[in-house]
Amino acid sequence: MVEVYLNSKFVGTVDDAPAFVAKIREDRRAGNITSNLNIYHNQESNEVLIESSRGRARRPLIVVKDGQPLLTEKYLKQLEKNEISWSDLVKQGIIEYLDASEEENVLVAFFEKDITSEHTHLEITPLAMFGLTTSLVPYSNYNQSTRVNAGSKNQKQALGLYASNYSVRMDMDVNLLHYPQAPIVKSIMHDISNYEKHPAGQNIVVAVMSYKGYNMEDAIILNKASIERGFGRSTYYRPSVSEELRYSGGLIDQISIPDKDVKGYKSEHDYRFLEQDGIIYPEAQVAEGDVVIGKTSPPRFLSSLEEYNLAAGTRRESSVAMKHGEQGIVDFVLLTENEEGNRLVQVRLRDERVPEIGDKFTSRHGQKGVVGLIVPESDMPFSASGIKPDLIFSPHGIPSRMTISHLIEILAGKVGALSGRYVNGTTFDAEPEEKLREELKLLGFRENGVETFYNGVTGEIMPAKIFVGNMYYLKLKHLVANKIHSRARGPIQLLTRQPTEGRAKEGGLRLGEMEKDTFVAHGASLLLKERFDSDKTVVPVCENCGLIAIRDEYKGKSYCTVCGENVEISDVEISYAFKLILDEFKSLGIYQRLHLEDKY
Amino acid sequence: MGEYADKLPKKMLDDLRDYLEKKGKVNESKLKKILDTAVDEYNNARVQAGESVGLISAESIGEPGTQMTLNTFHFAGVMEMNVTLGLPRIIEILDGRKELQTPSMEIYLKQPYSKGKDIREFALALKETKLSDIALEFSISLIDSEIEVKLDKEKMKSLNINNSYVISSIGKQVKGFNAKDNKDSILLRMKSKEESVNEVYRAKEKIKDVHIKGVKGISQVLPVKRGEEYLIMTSGSNLADVLQLEGVDHYRTTTNNVDEIREILGIEAARQSIINEVFKVIENQGFNVDIRHIMLVADTMCVSGAVKGITRYGVVSEKASALARASFETPIKHIINAALIGEIDNLNSVVENVMLNQVVPIGTGMTDLIMKPKNGKN
Repeated sequence: MVEVYLNSKFVGTVDDAPAFVAKIREDRRAGNITSNLNIYHNQESNEVLIESSRGRARRPLIVVKDGQPLLTEKYLKQLEKNEISWSDLVKQGIIEYLDASEEENVLVAFFEKDITSEHTHLEITPLAMFGLTTSLVPYSNYNQSTRVNAGSKNQKQALGLYASNYSVRMDMDVNLLHYPQAPIVKSIMHDISNYEKHPAGQNIVVAVMSYKGYNMEDAIILNKASIERGFGRSTYYRPSVSEELRYSGGLIDQISIPDKDVKGYKSEHDYRFLEQDGIIYPEAQVAEGDVVIGKTSPPRFLSSLEEYNLAAGTRRESSVAMKHGEQGIVDFVLLTENEEGNRLVQVRLRDERVPEIGDKFTSRHGQKGVVGLIVPESDMPFSASGIKPDLIFSPHGIPSRMTISHLIEILAGKVGALSGRYVNGTTFDAEPEEKLREELKLLGFRENGVETFYNGVTGEIMPAKIFVGNMYYLKLKHLVANKIHSRARGPIQLLTRQPTEGRAKEGGLRLGEMEKDTFVAHGASLLLKERFDSDKTVVPVCENCGLIAIRDEYKGKSYCTVCGENVEISDVEISYAFKLILDEFKSLGIYQRLHLEDKY
Repeated sequence: MGEYADKLPKKMLDDLRDYLEKKGKVNESKLKKILDTAVDEYNNARVQAGESVGLISAESIGEPGTQMTLNTFHFAGVMEMNVTLGLPRIIEILDGRKELQTPSMEIYLKQPYSKGKDIREFALALKETKLSDIALEFSISLIDSEIEVKLDKEKMKSLNINNSYVISSIGKQVKGFNAKDNKDSILLRMKSKEESVNEVYRAKEKIKDVHIKGVKGISQVLPVKRGEEYLIMTSGSNLADVLQLEGVDHYRTTTNNVDEIREILGIEAARQSIINEVFKVIENQGFNVDIRHIMLVADTMCVSGAVKGITRYGVVSEKASALARASFETPIKHIINAALIGEIDNLNSVVENVMLNQVVPIGTGMTDLIMKPKNGKN
């Protein structure tokens, strides 16, 4: 007797489990019950598990009966002529979807020629075990699985043609690659997914060698001339948005050039790009601090103190300006209304991004790296035939990662570029390496892909032969221009008087507790004090009561609120954070006294 | 050589003597030169004043801690025999926990047992047998409020015990029962009549735990051969009882429970045990930490005479500075208590001075200006 569970709920028992399971499967293939159902007989725990819930990962397989796949030549022809569709095949039980547990009960053949009488299913193609981006990694069956995974993850971050209607879109933070190309080494998934319609990389010449140590630790060297020819160029788009908000009392924001008496008026210079309507004109070259959309808001309603102020009643400045470190050209200005009927202004900024040191590039094999140096073409190493690589990749990235597919792609790309054809690099079904080698030999090159190279600076012949070939390289969306950050002096927080945090606020980098410990461990206490000086203040302390006194600069003397003027009051340098905690103690009702002592 | 006794540690002098003796004759002036060099070297190797030894120890133990993996180590083939290792074990020791995750002992034996004689029998005799281990079934008759314990005769035979022994063990440990021998089982009847049903059930659970044979708390034994010698590893620990057994080498037998060692052998032994246990874990993980760092930690844990963990209840609560205590977990509690008794913080250590942005009294910050007034005037 075998227990049967439907969607993890016990529903009954059956006596002959194999027959029961077989019957259900037959019914499913015949279309008597839904094809969304999967059944699994667990021999170990002797249970039959039926699943029909949503959200299970399932994959399609061709049903094999008596050693023959059900998908015959006849169906293939019909498919070609568009007489039947995929769903017809599923309905007829020729193709069925299995979930992870039902797969335990079946035996799947990889290729048609492998089928024996024991097989129950046939893989449609071995590639079907991968997802879309993973299928785009050529020769990935030569790799460790983690690298294939990394390679497919990298591709998702690549710049390309993300949407063909980009020119009328207002996407936040997007990039567009100039001159994208279809890869020379491709898999059938490239064809299926129409990859050439939305490519995300470029075919370049890659040499595997080191260059003056500038490609250590996964860095790459770029040829300056290649960049000038357009390699890796992209455009960065970022819209600025502003809306005329409505407030209570019929007040409304106003998009216009702010008047000079507006509270928080920047400077005439900052508003110089604005046209009469308060919006910047297209093709204006803007930089940090420039106002893109001029806007004023009504005065804040319940700021009690300002009611007596003369300036009360004036409007506040609330323009959208370029942030710190930002620059670009105004690309597109859009005037609309939003759902609430408020006037909405969107200004799209465009900035051309030429590859620079620190930009991230990758091949399709998880071999990512940042640009370490851009070398003038005259200093690039060159081959006997005069070829100068666009990119130099460090050989140290290979042994530990074992990305054989990276090396094969260089070879295959070389064959493809020389013979003017695409190379099929589909996982498990690619053009074999031996064939590529033979072809390369026929093309007049060394079959292993190496060539004699010369030092670009001195012209000397290199003692080692250099492995060169063509490869599809991707520019990743992590551009230094969006990340570069430094601070010497800058804004501080109101409460603690310590530096702000984060790039957007021009913040400092925190020297944390463990970093502090390293200073202590070195006994560098004076250096440590200097590091933490960012919020130092001088406070007057009453030596009589130990509380913080008051300094009256106007009269030029200090007095204590408790003990009056006739007490000794000394100035003490402490961190503002400590002054704050003393205030917090006071709010707790704790009377803390500072006993001062002569330091020397 | 004798005059150097207070300048060099004894171990160093002994080593030097042995070495020089092997080398042959050394004349007086040369010997003095050698010894003076040794003194210089020794003094140079000492930690400088103002070195933050505590923090360096913390970093030296803490950094490898971030890389540790694999918590438990299983003895092949023996069920329920694993030992906590890695970071959890270090935390357990340094927190000064009294209840360990996996207490265990290493029992060294005297001759002839240490040579392997009757080692299996000796080990099995250590293993605790409870009534539930030799019972097949516990059944309750509610009418007579009677518990019947069916016994596993084969097991009892192998353990060499009989019914009357079991009855006397139960009688000693659980009061309020009349026990009756019923050949294959034992009948236990409540002495007082008016016991509730719940009471009987509770009694049943109690009886299951009756200690029959072996050492209390030792749940698993495993004889192993280390070098030429046999010893017994256990899971479960009971140092006091094991040390009293005949045939146990009480000089070397040990447990991984630091607190138990402190209780039985004293604080110095506990300190050594902390060092050994922490070092064992670090060594086992393939890290190389200087033993002096661990010694320093063990010392701070044991100075007070009790084992204090590096927790907010242990060592940290002993800190002199209220601010320093407040900066480590539960600040408000420390601040309020300090305020209640009017504590004075003299700002003598690192944390307080960092909070106030003052020079930390360590390393270069230890210096002070001392001025000699001329003719008693300044």
